[in-house]
Amino acid sequence: MKSSGFRKFLSETGDIARFTGRFFTELFKPRFEFAEFFRQCYFIGYKSLPLVAITAFIMGLVITIQSRPTLVEFGAEAWLPKMVSVSLVREIAPVITALICAGKIGSGIGAELGSMKVTEQIDAMDVSGTNPYKFLVVTRVMSTTLMIPILAVLADAVSLYGGFLGTNIRGVCSWDLYWNQVFDTLTYGDVIPSIAKTFLFGFAIGIIGCYKGFNSSKGTEGVGQSANSAVVISSLLVFVLDLLAVQITDLLQLT
Amino acid sequence: MIAETNSEPKVNSDTENKTVIQIRNLSKSFGENHVLRDFNMDLNKGENIVVLGKSGSGKSVLIKCIIGLIKPETGTIKVLGQNIPDLNREDLDKIRVKVGFLFQSNALYDSMTVRENLEFPLRRHSVQKSNEKENDLIMEALTNVGLAHTIDLMPSELSGGMKKRIALARTLILKPEIILYDEPTTGLDPITGKEISNLMNELAKKYNTSSIVISHDLNCVKRVASKIAMLIDGKCYAQGSYEELEKSTDPKIKHFFEL
Ligand SMILES: Nc1ncnc2c1ncn2[C@@H]1O[C@H](COP(=O)(O)OP(=O)(O)OP(=O)(O)O)[C@@H](O)[C@H]1O
Ligand SMILES: [Mg+2]
Repeated sequence: MKSSGFRKFLSETGDIARFTGRFFTELFKPRFEFAEFFRQCYFIGYKSLPLVAITAFIMGLVITIQSRPTLVEFGAEAWLPKMVSVSLVREIAPVITALICAGKIGSGIGAELGSMKVTEQIDAMDVSGTNPYKFLVVTRVMSTTLMIPILAVLADAVSLYGGFLGTNIRGVCSWDLYWNQVFDTLTYGDVIPSIAKTFLFGFAIGIIGCYKGFNSSKGTEGVGQSANSAVVISSLLVFVLDLLAVQITDLLQLT
Repeated sequence: MIAETNSEPKVNSDTENKTVIQIRNLSKSFGENHVLRDFNMDLNKGENIVVLGKSGSGKSVLIKCIIGLIKPETGTIKVLGQNIPDLNREDLDKIRVKVGFLFQSNALYDSMTVRENLEFPLRRHSVQKSNEKENDLIMEALTNVGLAHTIDLMPSELSGGMKKRIALARTLILKPEIILYDEPTTGLDPITGKEISNLMNELAKKYNTSSIVISHDLNCVKRVASKIAMLIDGKCYAQGSYEELEKSTDPKIKHFFEL
């Protein structure tokens, strides 16, 4: 029983790797689906904006409020903006953005492609002179890969604003002083790796959503399952990639 | 209908080269499941062959092989002279302009309106057409199926029978020479089923198409078939007109025609 589960895991990993490999071979072959790509960017980027902004704002606020007592204990209350900005920009904003998108976009792609598969819409595209892999998968993966970093940068800004309000709930810190402190603290070594990893997050979310949708089993149950496992696997991958990214930045001494 | 059926073979015997689809020794299995084994069949120009077979006998697999959606293990499928399994994507696309496919589950794009659904094959196949021409074609296709007023609706707003008609309109919009119908009347009430069957006959006459129809619906079979092929155990078990097969004493055949 256990070995069969493990074998299934391995074979699925292999399938995902092959699916990803296909992405790169199809990506550079002509007939680029720009119209569909921009449509997906609109859905994936613009439509997730409010959700990402609200979550980032709340996270900024909450982290600041919760960090305060510890710093007060050490008499280092003035360090609040420094500390908060590093943890927000380096870790919290990108990971929260990726998780929100894994939930919203990953499940959306999984369910959409899954139901297209089940009702033969993917086959119908195929016989209508369209390579469904290029039309559906390449465009979606490209737009998640490009939109999630943009959302993450936005989340950085909004969460820092949340941090500013959080600092001012119990203490006083002027707008200028807060941002001076934040930008003094943050180095390129903080910002660049944190943005770089969001490209990986976006790619993982897109590929897993598409893979699950494309391989959805027949029936409405299969569609639900693909949406569900798309979220589970891509969220897990976000953490794994985060761990890898932190190891790499650490090794390269970018910290 | 009967008179037509009888006159068919005569017409075709003196024009041998009018075979539009020729299937030889087609085999396809999924793992241990041998769905098609050495399947042979010919479709001549102007014929409507109905393929009868039990659920799960591989009828959908058969016509998906013909359109190139499933790659068979062995065998040749010559469509308009070209062997489908050998074709690359571009040549396949060229053949697919001439071969329409009506899906069992309609396969209308949920996220698009009826108009966009019909535009899709027009725009995607590199058949360059002006906007006006495109609009005319869409209106013509919708008028043919009697649903011109639904042009701006979403598929979710249509009834089952309407969806089938729109799917048919989308299949016909490229004016294919051959149409493959996967269970065009299944899941519809008898009256709508009859309407769809009549529509299929009408359109076949109007555009001079040949077709392969998959169906269990005997009313539909009676209406559209010029010939029937029985798909049993992965083989083309028997062929003949409705009347011939109906009289057959072979229990495997007989039991399809019992009501
Ligand atoms: N992609 C696939 N992978 C594995 N098995 C498949 C696949 N497609 C079809 N099969 C199997 O092939 C067999 C024939 O399926 P097919 O869909 O052709 O049946 P059918 O004759 O069209 O039946 P129905 O009348 O119910 O539509 C079934 O046993 C099915 O499980
Ligand atoms: Mg079928």
